[in-house]
Amino acid sequence: MPDRPAALGRPGPAALDTACLEVRDLRVHFPTDDGLVRAVDGLSFRVAKGRTLGIVGESGSGKSVTSLAILGLHDGTRARLSGEIWLGGDDVVTAGAERVRALRGSRMAMIFQDPLSALHPYFPVGAQIAEAYRVHTDVARRVARQRAVDMLGRVGIPQPQRRADDYPHQFSGGMRQRAMIAMALVNDPELLIADEPTTALDVTVQAQILELMSDLQREFGSAIVIVTHDLGVVAETADDVLVMYAGKAVEYGSVEDVFYRPEMPYTWGLLQSVARLDRVRQDRLRPIAGAPPSLITVPSGCAFHPRCPYCSLTDGKGEAAVPALEETAPGHLVACHLPPPARRRIFAEEIKPRLQPATGGQR
Amino acid sequence: MLGYIVRRLIGVVLLLFVVSAIAFGLFFLIPANPAQQACGKACNPERIAIIEHKLGLDKPLLTQYGQFLKGIVAGRDYGEGTQVTHCPAPCFGFSFTTDQPVWELIKDRFPVTLSIAVGAAVLWLVVGVSIGIVSALRRGTWFDKAAMTFALTGVSTPVYLTGIVALFFLSATWHVLPYPTYVAFTDDPLAWAQNLIMPWFTLAFVFAAMYARLTRASMLETMGEDYIRTARAKGLPERQVVGKHGLRAALTPIVTIFGLDLGQVLGGAILTETVFGLPGLGQLALRAVFNTDLPIVMGVVLVAAFFVVIMNLAVDLVYAVLDPKVRYS
Repeated sequence: MPDRPAALGRPGPAALDTACLEVRDLRVHFPTDDGLVRAVDGLSFRVAKGRTLGIVGESGSGKSVTSLAILGLHDGTRARLSGEIWLGGDDVVTAGAERVRALRGSRMAMIFQDPLSALHPYFPVGAQIAEAYRVHTDVARRVARQRAVDMLGRVGIPQPQRRADDYPHQFSGGMRQRAMIAMALVNDPELLIADEPTTALDVTVQAQILELMSDLQREFGSAIVIVTHDLGVVAETADDVLVMYAGKAVEYGSVEDVFYRPEMPYTWGLLQSVARLDRVRQDRLRPIAGAPPSLITVPSGCAFHPRCPYCSLTDGKGEAAVPALEETAPGHLVACHLPPPARRRIFAEEIKPRLQPATGGQR
Repeated sequence: MLGYIVRRLIGVVLLLFVVSAIAFGLFFLIPANPAQQACGKACNPERIAIIEHKLGLDKPLLTQYGQFLKGIVAGRDYGEGTQVTHCPAPCFGFSFTTDQPVWELIKDRFPVTLSIAVGAAVLWLVVGVSIGIVSALRRGTWFDKAAMTFALTGVSTPVYLTGIVALFFLSATWHVLPYPTYVAFTDDPLAWAQNLIMPWFTLAFVFAAMYARLTRASMLETMGEDYIRTARAKGLPERQVVGKHGLRAALTPIVTIFGLDLGQVLGGAILTETVFGLPGLGQLALRAVFNTDLPIVMGVVLVAAFFVVIMNLAVDLVYAVLDPKVRYS
């Protein structure tokens, strides 16, 4: 893994060359009548060109807020942003609205969760894709339409010439998401953000869409950020994984690190709550106890401590101090007060056996 | 689509048929004897019998209804022998009070109602929708608050109050505008407009207020939709996000309501016409009700029903063009 970031904090200027997206200390706060909602609170990560980062976490962990922040889609009157979001030479946080608009759709694009509601019901699919092309490319209507038809063909819509005139409701769910992908890729963006791209789709279609995305990534060389709560999607597509909890990164590493050597109790919880047929049958799945924290009154210290079964092993640090995201192995970062040897022991002795497949040994 | 239109037109005819039956039923449901009404004050049983015979009231109910319908379609003759009065199609009979053919009265009055309705409709549509859009886009600002206060005032102020206040100040006190009399558009367009300004604003006030609220709600809902976020994510300038993607979806329901409201007003803006003393269909109907002038009531009811039903059909057809999800077959 040559271009995996060495550390998340302050990469040297050389690292900027390979990074497509770099987020530094991003904070997205929403002042409300009930108090300040800290949806994202000090998040840093990088994605290199041609690689895929999976951001996982429960609902309300700040995943989607992060993706909207990268695209500059937060309403400036309601959200307070700070930190840096570098896309090439532009900082989305400080750049002017007009500059960010020019980046949006051309150098960074987004695929949304529910393609039916994300496509305009009153315009033909082809016209919506052509429109996305014409915003950033000064071409004739006819040329843009041909481009839209080509893109629809590229994402596997049969008879694209004819289907381009169809309306979203005439497409099936999978085809709609293909059309969304075509729309997102119409300007060859460097960065593609997919926010729960398969959640609203039929399981049989999910795999096709994920495969299509990796195919297109190979072809276009874009960096992809997949935001999801579905660990299966991450295992399938991502190179690196960022686990978020209460607006902060709690674990970051390669897919192998996070799936086979996870060190943060929250990640353990996520992995254990996945239903799998190849695992030893348990009576029940093991959900993470408790509920996601309020983002207005985030628990003191480690935000996960009220739900963490191992908090008592931290000598009270869990309640007192916010753990730093520190490297535990090269490229593998964890924010946890448990001493690394203890984490590895607990994982090996308690957690790993529960994740083992029922037959065939270790994966 | 063509088959749909044909089916709907048949439906329109059937519906008007039902309305005509109900209107016809009025003749016999109300306690007054139509012949007595037609006869007037100086009357004796012999004259009533003659009138009953002339109007066909001595025939069976169904025959009478048949003749009534035939009159509308083909015209009919009243009386026999030398005393025949011909009533050409569409025949709604003769006024009990003035003996004029009802259709002629309606034809005379309709341009007044049409003038009031169209002018007011343009006004309320433009004003109401614009206010609604700006209010939605600037939700929570002073403009929004002022506009919604205006809208609440509008929907809760009846036409007879607005109209009388306008008349008192603009005509009677300040002499800015003439006391409205109807001048045909073809005679003098300027005087036509000058006389109708007050009725237009008065009628449009209520509707504009309603439309401002409707448009605002519809626009707010639309701007929160996922496809608006998609439009922004494409990098579209905000002007296009609102003007193309937002309005296209937000105004579609407004079109429906507009068609229905216009259809209703075309059948007679009773309050506006009465307050300003304009001789439109509404005023005709109102007077006819007071005088128990049944042929006129029936005629206006049928004409009003016709407009409502036709506008309904028009709205449905326009909707098929506006909303690709609606396909009639």
